[in-house]
Amino acid sequence: MQRSNNDIWVGLLVVIGTAAMLFLALQSANLLSLNFQPTYTVSAMFDNIGGLKKQAAVKSAGVVVGRVKEIKFDGKSYQAQVVMAIETQHQFPKDSSLKILTSGLLGEQYIGIEAGAEEKVLAEGDKVQDTQSAVVLENLISRFLYNKAAEPAAPESK
Amino acid sequence: MIFKGLAHIGWVTRSWLADIGHAARLFLQLLSFAPDCLRRFGLVRDQMHFLGNYSLAIISVSGLFVGFVLGLQGYYTLQRYGSASALGLLVALSLVRELGPVVSALLFAGRAGTSLTAEIGLMKAGEQLSAMEMMAIDPVRRILAPRFWGGVLVMPILAAVFSAVGILGGWVVGVLMIGVDSGSFWGQMQSGVDVWQDVGNGVIKSLVFGITVSFVALRQGFEAQPTPEGVARATTRTVVMASLSVLALDFVLTALMFSI
Repeated sequence: MQRSNNDIWVGLLVVIGTAAMLFLALQSANLLSLNFQPTYTVSAMFDNIGGLKKQAAVKSAGVVVGRVKEIKFDGKSYQAQVVMAIETQHQFPKDSSLKILTSGLLGEQYIGIEAGAEEKVLAEGDKVQDTQSAVVLENLISRFLYNKAAEPAAPESK
Repeated sequence: MIFKGLAHIGWVTRSWLADIGHAARLFLQLLSFAPDCLRRFGLVRDQMHFLGNYSLAIISVSGLFVGFVLGLQGYYTLQRYGSASALGLLVALSLVRELGPVVSALLFAGRAGTSLTAEIGLMKAGEQLSAMEMMAIDPVRRILAPRFWGGVLVMPILAAVFSAVGILGGWVVGVLMIGVDSGSFWGQMQSGVDVWQDVGNGVIKSLVFGITVSFVALRQGFEAQPTPEGVARATTRTVVMASLSVLALDFVLTALMFSI
């Protein structure tokens, strides 16, 4: 194939295009943060998961240690079963507790792990017993109103 | 009178169907010449140079300004809700998903599509295409196919350059001029933009638009009446039809990709 000056310019175009694609993939979409660390899966039952989604973060002390892998509804106990993949380098005691928390006022929901005190650590396929559901605003408001109504009458009516 | 009207309707329908059939045949022919173009890549390379390198300036300057405007407008709106830190996410998502592929396809239609139509229309008017046929050279294979594949290959590159330059433009306005925190600008962007879902679908979109714009431009030139007015009309039709089909296809593709 004969070479021409155009080769250089088209080559330059392709290099610029590749650089732009790499920039989009690495800098704006953060391809490298997909980590391929080994993980172990742990499941837990929640009464209510609120707005928790697949791929949501599992955090301990604010640091991401894993991801939510699967969310299912368990027809027997009428609870939500959440399966999490936690990085193998992080070990948690068997009596650790899970909470569904919200980052910021309107942020997305994530699972927080609070470490327990037991010697044995969680292993592949274990079930975490101690869980706390997401806070549902409507329930909170109705509980507040119910408590208000149960209180003795306001002072001015005395 | 009635018969004349009926005959007219029949004639219009027939020529419309014939147009569609002819366009489909030309499209398949262009697709089938892909291996041929690979074998003689020099022809495609020259077209990539003509269509791509010369469009790079207008694409990157427009991308820069679109990024500037997105940075400013996005900041004014987000800051009302106290979430100016999401500016990077807004700029990146709107560029990568929509504006990058669509605006660069529209610019490509105006900058490169018109020149394709005019070139081929004038070749036809000057009877160069007929002369080639006389020499047993298929003009679709020799003239149209390299231009088509050159346009298709160049479009994703241009769209990626547009988006990347646009994000940098948004960064210049948002971070350097207005003073949004640089860490949250990039951090929110990185947590919100998905490589396959957003960047990948943007690339697919720009490939489809490249096929659309190049095909419309080539067909208009190939079908142009071989007169100065005919070429002028074909060039105008290229811009109108290519832009409309890009926008309509964008809606369809967006509905397919992001609605699930």
